[in-house]
Amino acid sequence: MTTTAPAVTDERIKPAGLIITLLRRPEVGAAVAALAIFIFFSVSTTAFLTPAGVATWLYSASLFGIMAVAVALLMIGGEFDLSAGAMVGTTGLIVGIVTTEWGVNIWLALVIALAIALAIGAANAFVVMKTGLPSFIVTLATFFILQGVNLAVTKIITGTVSIQGMSAVPGFDAVKVFFGSSFALFGMDVKISIVWWIAITALATWILLRTRSGNWIFAVGGQITSSRQVGVPVMKVKMGLFMTTAGAGWLVGMLQLFDVSTVQATTGIGQEFIYIICAVVGGCLLTGGYGSAIGAALGALIYGMTLQGIVFAQWDNNWLKAFLGGMLLLAVLVNLYVRRQAGVRS
Amino acid sequence: MTDAQASAAPPILEVRDIGKTYGSILALQGVSASVGVGEVLCVLGDNGAGKSTFIKILSGAHAHTHGKLLAYGVERTFGSPREALDLGIATVYQDLAVVPLMPVWRNFFLGSELTRGFGPFRQLDVKGMRRITKEELAKMGIDLRDVDQPIGTLSGGERQSVAIARAVYFGAKVVILDEPTSALGVKQAGVVLKYIAQARDRGLGVVFITHNPHHAYPVGDRFLLLKRGTSLGDFKKSEITIEEMTKLMAGGAELDALAHELARA
Repeated sequence: MTTTAPAVTDERIKPAGLIITLLRRPEVGAAVAALAIFIFFSVSTTAFLTPAGVATWLYSASLFGIMAVAVALLMIGGEFDLSAGAMVGTTGLIVGIVTTEWGVNIWLALVIALAIALAIGAANAFVVMKTGLPSFIVTLATFFILQGVNLAVTKIITGTVSIQGMSAVPGFDAVKVFFGSSFALFGMDVKISIVWWIAITALATWILLRTRSGNWIFAVGGQITSSRQVGVPVMKVKMGLFMTTAGAGWLVGMLQLFDVSTVQATTGIGQEFIYIICAVVGGCLLTGGYGSAIGAALGALIYGMTLQGIVFAQWDNNWLKAFLGGMLLLAVLVNLYVRRQAGVRS
Repeated sequence: MTDAQASAAPPILEVRDIGKTYGSILALQGVSASVGVGEVLCVLGDNGAGKSTFIKILSGAHAHTHGKLLAYGVERTFGSPREALDLGIATVYQDLAVVPLMPVWRNFFLGSELTRGFGPFRQLDVKGMRRITKEELAKMGIDLRDVDQPIGTLSGGERQSVAIARAVYFGAKVVILDEPTSALGVKQAGVVLKYIAQARDRGLGVVFITHNPHHAYPVGDRFLLLKRGTSLGDFKKSEITIEEMTKLMAGGAELDALAHELARA
């Protein structure tokens, strides 16, 4: 008795068309929306498409984009980080305080701030993984702690709620080259943060799609028990993701501090949901295991263009929030539709 | 055919009078069976018969407390699933350990990805993994249109066979299948049975755990019948008919009703 091996093709699987194949990519919806918004503001306002205008909305998008990409990685890995916004303020304040109040070397201050950020990220991961509590709750706690500490400690040390005199600190200009400089390109005054944004998006995309770590990020977010069974180091992956988000918070903190040479104790508060919205608009599922770094970057681009576009169009600024909510709802509906079309049973 | 093969080669895995107690509870006792190269051992039993305990001993999840377990003729006591796996004894559990939203090829290599390049530039060998996945699945008789489709889009039977193919590719000599057909419809169960035959013909030993004689009989070479933690016997296919098997499993009281049910199926 021998069993032959006929090629099994199931007549019930109809070949997926180009549209469906395209729609399977998580970032396609965001790309279409970004294009539409770009065209809309380009036509309806005069300032939007000028070199100065483009530089403005790109800068705005870049700060949100760096965080959105990191948050997207974390969300693909199945977790949230609500402390990401407050972290931007915390790191900026640490550098500001230790340099202006205590005269610590500015480079050392950068390292101290980064170390503290990474430690907080690791602590988030540790608590989430050891207790099994939802990261939403754990990082909500971290968020409130950081928010309170930022204000209280800044007040105790400086007597005010902001850091002044950063530009007088020795070495400020040298550091500014990396975090606060700009250069001319096509008549635009391009801020360095845009370069960071593009580089980080590219790096994150490469990691996600072409490295082992990327494979593991999708796996731990998609099905954690299966990942454990096949030997994925779940704890390490989650730890790395929380630390990456915290590290991105540090980077954005530095980009803001060295751009305007001042930092408020309330910096970053209220931004954490915008990062999540950008990631979701970019195709990340709230349930984890699916999403894209490019999508999150496009989500941030949409936000940046709308934020500045509304200013250029001289509308009431409050429309932004309403728009953002609408965008989020639309994105979630599109994601749902796409998942059904792609026939993903889960 | 397989009877002749089995008698020529030493059994890959053999248990003699094996048993397991959890504290004062006798979960399994006095079970003897073996599986050789290109042989399918079917383990049959109703719920609570001791099937799970039997798998756990074979797969290394729990050590046995009585009797002997021999791998390639050498006596062993497994302390962990890793030890069993290193000897080529792989277990495919019911949940299959797959991530539904990930492409087939990523699932196939998950946890053991192929990479190329050095240091920080080390990256996935995507082409290689796609090709190997396609080839390995073809060997199992599965022709996927697209190894990039999420594994969640495959049918239950196909997913089961991807899991088997994965175990085989990563060095399994014996594959233990925990109720692979129980959640499937008639057609899909047939598909899985075909893959079991396929694996057997490639020289693997297969331990097929099921509670359905109709699934076991066509594909099995030997049948181990369990009931309430003890063995009702280890039969060759020539020694038992499907009716006798069903009768043994079901016991006297329920037999009439069961026979009636089966006759109509």
